[in-house]
Amino acid sequence: MAVTEKFVGQPVLRKEDPALLKGEGSFVDNMVVPAMLHMAVVRSPYAHARIVKVDVSKALEIPGVVGAWTGADLADAWAGPLPMVWPITEDIKTSDHWPLTKDKARFQGDGVAVVAAESRGIAGDAAEAVEVEYEPLDAVLDIEEAVEDGAPLVHEELGTNAVVHWSHGGGGDLSLFDGAPVKLQLRYEAPRLTPSAIEPRGALASPVPSLGEFTLWTSSQIPHIARVTLAGTTGIPEHKLRIVAPDVGGSFGGKLDVYAEEALCLVLARLTGRPVKWIESRSENLSVTIHGRGVIHDVEVAATEEGKILGFRVTELCDMGAYFQLLTPGIPELGGWVYMGPYDTQAYWYEFTGVMTNMTPTDAVRGAGRPEATYVVERAVDALARHLDMDPAEVRRINFVPRFTEDRLSLMGLNVDSGDYLPAFERALELADYEQYRKEQAARRENGDTKHIGIGLSSYIEMCGLAPSNILGALRYAAGGWEAAQVRCQPSGQVTIYIGTSPHGQGHETVWAQIAADELGVGIDDVEVLHGDTSTSPLGMDTYGSRSIAIGGAALHFALEKVKARARTLAAHELEVAEDDLEFEGGSFKVKGAPDKVRTITELAASAWTAHNLPDGFEPDLTASATWDPKNFTWPYGTHVCVAEVDTETGHTELLRYVAVDDCGVVINPMIVDGQVHGGVAFGIAEALYEEILYDEHGNLVTGTLTQYLVPSAAEMPSFELDRTEMPSPTNPLGAKGIGEAGTIAAPPAVVNAVVDALSHLGVTDVGKPATPERVWRAIRDAQGGGA
Amino acid sequence: MTNVSVTVNGVAREADVEPRTLLVYFLRETLGLTGTNVGCDTSSCGSCTILLDGESVKSCTLLAAQVDGKAITTIEGMATDGELHPIQEAFRRNHGLQCGFCTPGMVMAAASYLIENPSPTEEEVRHSLEGNLCRCTGYHNIVKSILDAAGEPAGAKA
Repeated sequence: MAVTEKFVGQPVLRKEDPALLKGEGSFVDNMVVPAMLHMAVVRSPYAHARIVKVDVSKALEIPGVVGAWTGADLADAWAGPLPMVWPITEDIKTSDHWPLTKDKARFQGDGVAVVAAESRGIAGDAAEAVEVEYEPLDAVLDIEEAVEDGAPLVHEELGTNAVVHWSHGGGGDLSLFDGAPVKLQLRYEAPRLTPSAIEPRGALASPVPSLGEFTLWTSSQIPHIARVTLAGTTGIPEHKLRIVAPDVGGSFGGKLDVYAEEALCLVLARLTGRPVKWIESRSENLSVTIHGRGVIHDVEVAATEEGKILGFRVTELCDMGAYFQLLTPGIPELGGWVYMGPYDTQAYWYEFTGVMTNMTPTDAVRGAGRPEATYVVERAVDALARHLDMDPAEVRRINFVPRFTEDRLSLMGLNVDSGDYLPAFERALELADYEQYRKEQAARRENGDTKHIGIGLSSYIEMCGLAPSNILGALRYAAGGWEAAQVRCQPSGQVTIYIGTSPHGQGHETVWAQIAADELGVGIDDVEVLHGDTSTSPLGMDTYGSRSIAIGGAALHFALEKVKARARTLAAHELEVAEDDLEFEGGSFKVKGAPDKVRTITELAASAWTAHNLPDGFEPDLTASATWDPKNFTWPYGTHVCVAEVDTETGHTELLRYVAVDDCGVVINPMIVDGQVHGGVAFGIAEALYEEILYDEHGNLVTGTLTQYLVPSAAEMPSFELDRTEMPSPTNPLGAKGIGEAGTIAAPPAVVNAVVDALSHLGVTDVGKPATPERVWRAIRDAQGGGA
Repeated sequence: MTNVSVTVNGVAREADVEPRTLLVYFLRETLGLTGTNVGCDTSSCGSCTILLDGESVKSCTLLAAQVDGKAITTIEGMATDGELHPIQEAFRRNHGLQCGFCTPGMVMAAASYLIENPSPTEEEVRHSLEGNLCRCTGYHNIVKSILDAAGEPAGAKA
């Protein structure tokens, strides 16, 4: 049916919701397969220990236990180690990472044995019955101590814990760091965090033994990357391995990885000939799903007395954890391209050293590198403003890069595709009543109140739409950054989209349908979007790095263009006119000047399918596919303002206002974009005020449950006030940039700057992150020179 | 084994289970009602929230044996004849869910709370959700959904 209603730009309600609201989601743990076994992993209680002996005999005696295997038992089961696909330098030192360790446990939670049993309960009992003799070793738990001579080595064969050093190489006039009128030397720390999606990870591997075929349902962001890499680890040929990411209950980077348990489910399914399921407990999630951040940043700021920023020079130590996971060494580098923020600087330097420790491996957590960079830049800008006794708003205002609408070569060496930073900034200040809160801040200080107002600003740019394949190649990433889409117009009138992106809450089924419905002139309910299954969408690079709309949406656009071109050829044939004599509107090709001569897309789909009368060389069925590789990243930006009230007696911070003005280019669904900002900002507020992974001096994870790792609730969050500016991205035909990470990138410095700003009259210049009541209280006490 | 007889979503159900079986696994694995999710092991996240004799409880904190003879409502029992419950409808209208994993627990917690307090303020709604964690929405649209279901305008202060 031809439809003239337009969907792009409208807050279309989500196609995903009715099933999820009724409890009909297809999460991995909801799946039951006949004869399914349950897997449990035996994990090291020590952060660092030599494995002397593993005895599974008592586990095997338990009725219902089907098998128990040590790392040595499975040594021949692997075709290769777990994947790390981003060896960022030629001389990076890497060590093989096996699904079960054989020689040493290198962090608390490292897998040493695995069991399979008839029920979840029996598998748990069996894991507890496995006896492991350990020889505890000194653990490396501090990244500064880890690089000192004589530190215990996480991987002895590498000869050092400092396994990778990457330098951007610099840009601009580096002598400015010596001769600048104003120089600040600052240190910031980004503690470890963990994604903690509410659905823990899970996997279910099902074999067809006689064919050597396997299906793995896994709670993952990356079914396509998992397929090629798990083929390498397990030796299952890629064409015999189907990966399905069904409904995925959030990820935030935690499921942007390929894990031991996925490989173990496949290998145990091969060994037993039965389906094998593993569902992660929350305690496992906090200790063995990746962590992120874990960085010490040393930054130099060069500036003039008038507040003009000349450059940032940044040196980091980055905690890699006990092993490289999929992308571990490349995560800091993702931030290494945005340490100038939206500012027009003249000198750039970034380098980092990656350090192995006896803690959980780190990898991408929402924003991945860019939150760390933005935190440093925006904290440093506020520090400069304090140093010069200037309004932090004014310092930003005089330093923004002026408006540009096409590629502009940035000092850091990449082209930024467009930007107009000042309007978003001014709009955010206006919405937040910035001047009014400055007056209230002054009044409270005057009155000697105990609760003080702080206003925190954060202006950011982010490098999104990951990524042009040639740049990924130059950066030594093992894969490309393109995306794939296929469109099929069914003979009965519906349209099916097969897309390579793999959502986990972002609403692709709705947004992709909006794009297709508009371009084909069909109803949105007539479009179905299939994703996340390598048997239906065999091509794809998945969802991460705010890439889905900017690259996947563009691939879909080009597939739709191809389908329309084919439909035009067929319509011209049937109507016996030249293609140029046709105009396409509302799902119909009409002959110019003869509007009664019409063919709808649906009619053409039917005639392409019956194929009774096709033009010469026209392939039957109205289908087309496209892959698309971007020429550039996309570069969203914006300004966030946080107004906080800090109680100087208790150290408690209350967020009074949170304003976000973002520019993510052309918006397909404003309701969904707002939702992404809400969630991203909340993630960033959590990073700023609540969440921190902590280990004790022996390497025991202190924050091992949600009673200690403080994921905030609704009671801790403010309402958010949002607005947007819209500078279309010239990088892709949709003009869209991506919005999934913006909130998490912008929020932490906005919040911490607000807390510091509230206390600046007391001499406080930093509180650290997260700005817990204790940290705030100590910062006030230290600033006032007080003792305990 | 222990015999458990309960009424679930208006239907009498009975089964023999291991005494250690948690109510949430009884619902999910014995009765096949997988809408109630498990997100943690410390009763922190609230994904497993159900109604027990009309009041919200976390079904991971109870043994199945403890609810013998009681009436349970799960997310599967909220829609009537395929039509979403008004709270479910409000979540849909206000984009109160993204990945949807915490959503059943949120809806059940809200259903119980709105009976207790039919006209809550935003602040009250936020505090009523302290036991339910969401990682996707920042809670903004969940709070808005519940206020909408209650007929209260979003942004009303206590």
